[in-house]
Amino acid sequence: MSGSTIIFYLLATLTLVSALLAVTTRMIFRAAIYLLFSLIGIAGIYFWLQYEFIAAVQIVVYVGGIVVLIIFSIFLTQQAGEQLPKQKLGRQVFAALAAFCGLALVMLQLAQHTFTGTGNKAIEPTVANIGNQMLGVDDNGYALPFEVVSILLLAALIGCIVIALKSKPETT
Amino acid sequence: MPNATYIALIPLLPLAGFLMLGLFGRKYFKNTSGIIATTLLLISTALALYTAYGYFFEYGKVDGVYQKLVPLKYTWLQFSEGVSIDMGIILDPISVMMLVVVTFISLMVHIYSLGYMKGDERFPVYYGFLGLFTFSMLGLVVSSNIFQIYIFWELVGVSSFLLIGYYYDKPSAVAACKKAFIVTRFADVGFLIGILILSFYSGTLDFNTLIERLTVPESNELKNAVAASFLGVSALTWGLVLVFIGGAGKSAMFPLHIWLPDAMEGPTPVSALIHAATMVVAGVFLVARLFPVFAISAPSALSLVGYVGAISALIAAVIACTQTDIKRVLAYSTMSQIGYMMFALGVSKYGGEEGLGYTASMFHLFTHAMFKALLFLGAGAVIHFIHSNEMKDMGGLRKYLPITHITFLIACLAIAGVPPFAGFFSKEEILLAAYQHNPTIYWIALITSGLTAFYMFRLYFSIFWNKEHHPHGERHGEGGFVMMMPLVLLAVGAAAAGFIPFGHFVSSDGKQLGTEFHLQFSIAPVVLGLAGIFIAMWMYKKENSKPDKLATSLSGLYKAAYHKFYIDEIYLFITKKIIFNLIGRPAAWIDKNIVDGLMNATGNGTKDISEIIKGVQSGKVQQYAIYFLAGIIGLALLFIYWWK
Amino acid sequence: MIEPGLYHILFISATLFFIGVYGFFTRRNLVTMLMSVELILNSVNLNFIAFNKYLWYDRLDGVFFTIFIIAIAAAEAAVAIAIIINLYRSHKSIDVEDAEEMKY
Repeated sequence: MSGSTIIFYLLATLTLVSALLAVTTRMIFRAAIYLLFSLIGIAGIYFWLQYEFIAAVQIVVYVGGIVVLIIFSIFLTQQAGEQLPKQKLGRQVFAALAAFCGLALVMLQLAQHTFTGTGNKAIEPTVANIGNQMLGVDDNGYALPFEVVSILLLAALIGCIVIALKSKPETT
Repeated sequence: MPNATYIALIPLLPLAGFLMLGLFGRKYFKNTSGIIATTLLLISTALALYTAYGYFFEYGKVDGVYQKLVPLKYTWLQFSEGVSIDMGIILDPISVMMLVVVTFISLMVHIYSLGYMKGDERFPVYYGFLGLFTFSMLGLVVSSNIFQIYIFWELVGVSSFLLIGYYYDKPSAVAACKKAFIVTRFADVGFLIGILILSFYSGTLDFNTLIERLTVPESNELKNAVAASFLGVSALTWGLVLVFIGGAGKSAMFPLHIWLPDAMEGPTPVSALIHAATMVVAGVFLVARLFPVFAISAPSALSLVGYVGAISALIAAVIACTQTDIKRVLAYSTMSQIGYMMFALGVSKYGGEEGLGYTASMFHLFTHAMFKALLFLGAGAVIHFIHSNEMKDMGGLRKYLPITHITFLIACLAIAGVPPFAGFFSKEEILLAAYQHNPTIYWIALITSGLTAFYMFRLYFSIFWNKEHHPHGERHGEGGFVMMMPLVLLAVGAAAAGFIPFGHFVSSDGKQLGTEFHLQFSIAPVVLGLAGIFIAMWMYKKENSKPDKLATSLSGLYKAAYHKFYIDEIYLFITKKIIFNLIGRPAAWIDKNIVDGLMNATGNGTKDISEIIKGVQSGKVQQYAIYFLAGIIGLALLFIYWWK
Repeated sequence: MIEPGLYHILFISATLFFIGVYGFFTRRNLVTMLMSVELILNSVNLNFIAFNKYLWYDRLDGVFFTIFIIAIAAAEAAVAIAIIINLYRSHKSIDVEDAEEMKY
């Protein structure tokens, strides 16, 4: 019963409970905050798995960027104070059932499968290793995807501006 | 030896005329169609006469017996080893005689129509239909295969339908052509079943083989056909009776005669050609063609033929005495004369002297064609002059239509059986045959011949003597040369044809039959005929009240005969009250509610299902996502558990 | 308590995934649907990192996948927000039931 086990279970509980609350609550702002907690929980799990870099990236980009963006959009569409309408009961039941079936299927498959590791020597996921490999141009290098993703981000940036642009009113 | 090409050309030339005028006539041959059709038919007639001369005088006779030659045979549809529908030409005495009769009468009608139908808008169409009819009739008489004759039989029916309904904007003409077609078609069902029975038992469709197999006494086919029986009558008799029913329909025998008087709605030259001289004798021709089988193997069928013919002759003669439309009188007269031909065949036996009825029937067919066509064409000239068909509008026309008068008189004398005209000889032979074999029929025939003379001369005197009833207005003369020439030629035929020694050429077994002249025997019919003429003259030559007094004194019989013995009404009752209500209405109900209902239900069901399926595309993204997930889970299950 | 291993993390990620799926089917608001999508993406990230740590520890492919997914998710969220704003302008509401123009 080591401390790391307890921490792990706490983080797991935080993540799952926050996620559940995020999808079921009727106040939209609270949903955004619950999402925030869920994402922080996931970052915590990354920390527990000793993948600090990813945890950092998660917090910076997801929590600090996307959730903030979502909160902006809530305010921009003036939804902050009101209660969200409830979905039809039939839909809720059906969706819950579908999700549950899917979960059962996946769990079943996981339970039946034995995962074996490769048995090779481990690489430490340090920032230096990650950085070297990301900008490397050899067999394991990810320089090309890196460049492509940056172009994608550029496209997304421009696209967002164009889509959300207010059309100019007709000059009389 | 017969040249098959020339003989094949005889029916094919009018067919070419039909195709040419039918397809291109309206546009290109508007005025010349009559000349073209007449020229083609002139060539056909010449070829027919040439063939007849060759057959009867050169190559037809072998050892004193006229042979049945088959110069052309083409296997068309082979069903099994011996059974095939061939298209072929058979030359035997009756078919060669019919070739001559049909082409000659058709030629007269073609020439006559040049004047009668002049100015008609559908002139090329008329000549086209005449060509189609001539082709069909010629094909019918030379058919060597029983199915081939059935094909041409139907073709003749169609041509008759087209020509009766020629004036298609007159509702009465339309009703008449429908009636003719339906009644004859109904009779043809019997014909078809008869063909099937006969060909089943004889194993062949070819006439010569069929007759041979069913008449040789020891043949297996004959034994089988006679042994199998249904309701106590042998199968062979049934087959022949059914074939006779088909013939009775086409020849307007009682009770299938109802279409013939209505068929007078067609143009008068058409009535002359089809409903007097050629098509209506097709039934007689069919019985004559199958005569050996009738006479040798199924005498009961032959006696049925005789009685039906005799009854038709008598009933038609009685009705004709009361009719006032001249074409109707001539129609009933035709029915009566065909009855003569039928019962002449009915009383005949096969071979030698016994076969006199056969020869007499064919002889009467030949002479009847002449004088009946003449009567109709003459009536056409009268109608052309008066513009009406009713006898009450006519009278005293002998001053205005001299040639028509003389030729009409010759024809009436011929049909009444006055010597030395053609009808006397042929009728006398028929009466002799009847006297020798069946006294009942003989007395019926004798009474009918008296009635024939009476009503024909009633017609004659009412038209050409009596008091003038037509308006004294502008009046054109008789028709021109083209209308008078056929009348004169036919009159010559009606006068002279009696002197042909017919028994030398046509007889039941092909051997020559001598014609004897029984003077004492002929006295009774001639005296009866003359009596009929004088009674008619006494009643109709001058205007008087004797006909009306006679009509009131015989009022019941007169009324029944005037209404054609109510046979049309009986048919209407049977069809409307019984067939329509008991069979037609339920069938229509089933068709509308069950058959249509099923189809409609299928369509509506499909529509409803598609409405449901349409609902899948609801425009809601979340629903699409649900389907997506369901599909993925389904595929995952499929891959994990089923596909290895 | 059992020492947490690969199976636990996979359980967490699967549950998170299906919670996100449930939220996606059930929520009527476009922004909350977007939140559910983010949950789904995060569960995938967790999966990649778990496999990288426990099964393929001689490579860093899982890490790179995660980094790229995070980057692309950010871009996608931004574009989605832009579309939501555009839709709000034309429909005056961000209820997803109101955007059914693609109905038959």
